[in-house]
Amino acid sequence: MDEFTLSRIFINLVIATRWTIILSLIAFVGGGLVGALIALMRISSNKLLSRISWLYIEFFQGTPLLLQLFLAFFGFSVVTGINLSPLVAAAIALTAYTSAFLGDIWRGSIQAVPRGQWQAASAIGFGYFDQLKLIILPQAVRLAIAPTVGFLVQVIKGTSLASIIGFTELSRAASLINNVTLQSLLIFGLAGLIYFALCYPLSTWSQRLEKKLAYK
Amino acid sequence: MDYSFDFSVIWDNFGVLLAGAWLTLRLSLLAVAFGLVIGIVGSLFRTSGNRLLNGIALAYVEIIRNTPYLIQLFFIFFGLPALGLKLSAEQAAIVSLAINFGAYSTEIVRAGVESIPKGQVEAGLAIGFNKLDVFRHIVIPPALANIYSSLVGQVILAVLFTSVVSQIAAEDLTYAGNYLDARTFRSFEIYFTLAILYLAIVWIVKALAYVIESRFFEFAKYRQ
Repeated sequence: MDEFTLSRIFINLVIATRWTIILSLIAFVGGGLVGALIALMRISSNKLLSRISWLYIEFFQGTPLLLQLFLAFFGFSVVTGINLSPLVAAAIALTAYTSAFLGDIWRGSIQAVPRGQWQAASAIGFGYFDQLKLIILPQAVRLAIAPTVGFLVQVIKGTSLASIIGFTELSRAASLINNVTLQSLLIFGLAGLIYFALCYPLSTWSQRLEKKLAYK
Repeated sequence: MDYSFDFSVIWDNFGVLLAGAWLTLRLSLLAVAFGLVIGIVGSLFRTSGNRLLNGIALAYVEIIRNTPYLIQLFFIFFGLPALGLKLSAEQAAIVSLAINFGAYSTEIVRAGVESIPKGQVEAGLAIGFNKLDVFRHIVIPPALANIYSSLVGQVILAVLFTSVVSQIAAEDLTYAGNYLDARTFRSFEIYFTLAILYLAIVWIVKALAYVIESRFFEFAKYRQ
């Protein structure tokens, strides 16, 4: 029988952390792509597109991430008969969750650019997408960067819930080791420390960006 | 796809879901109430000018905001008994939710207090208000108006967070869903209904927040 020494516990947690990071990256990239689409739909003058994206944001911001994971993992397989692996289900749910929040953040950033900028761009003959691409987005991006980096922290923390549908990342590794060793204080303390090491630099970076990029 | 949806599991077990929703509601209310008290004390620490108090409050805020709630919950429920502090599932849920909400509200309340220009306090004192009156009539109303929307947003997140307490077998709405799912395998119907119920709770909170805002913070619209 193997002994769980402090160093072995720590090494096992760090190894599992790689899946926390991979899942966060998948959710962030996937959520960014879908989120960009949602933001564009949200600011569209087409009522239907705008309504659909509003409902999408309301649903994924107004329901617990845990239930979104349950729907993707248990609900999807019961209805379609296709069994998703915990990784795929977690990636889908976290992508949907992330895209709703990023879509809303980016919509806010785009709408914070003064109306006159659109009108000026239109007056000098730019079409809709040129107005957006050349005039509005460069200004909106500046406003969006800090909250986007800040939200990455929420994504990393959110991946911990993937442990509940059986995906072995940092939190599940901690629970599994805890079941064997019963040194809960130590193990969840260490897991918390690793999450902190991932999130704290991003939080402070986001705060610094916010100060640096604010319009004065 | 030849799946036939059957929502009868919801109607047949409405009592189970209702009992779960009741705990979800109670947990949310207690977490927000205790969390706000922590937040007010924390923000006083943060703005006290005392480096030790500020450091303690800042460390608390950063630790909570940069670790997942699930780990905080497990640390308190599974970890603290080793220190002789044994909590029931519901107690651990309330304590961890309040500690979590407290960290976020510390920063929100601090931002509100700092948003009031010093000159307003001085003006209040100059026309003969005492400190308590200045705080009550000059600082609190506009400070609350300034932070109101972030506070409401955080309350909504706290309501959604309560679903995680199902993992330590606190019998909330999500736990009720897990319970029914394990017996009927109607996963989609159950979790979809649960999602809609949470959404309904969130919309009720938003509607209440709107009513309160138009009743108490109407003045905030007219100042610039």
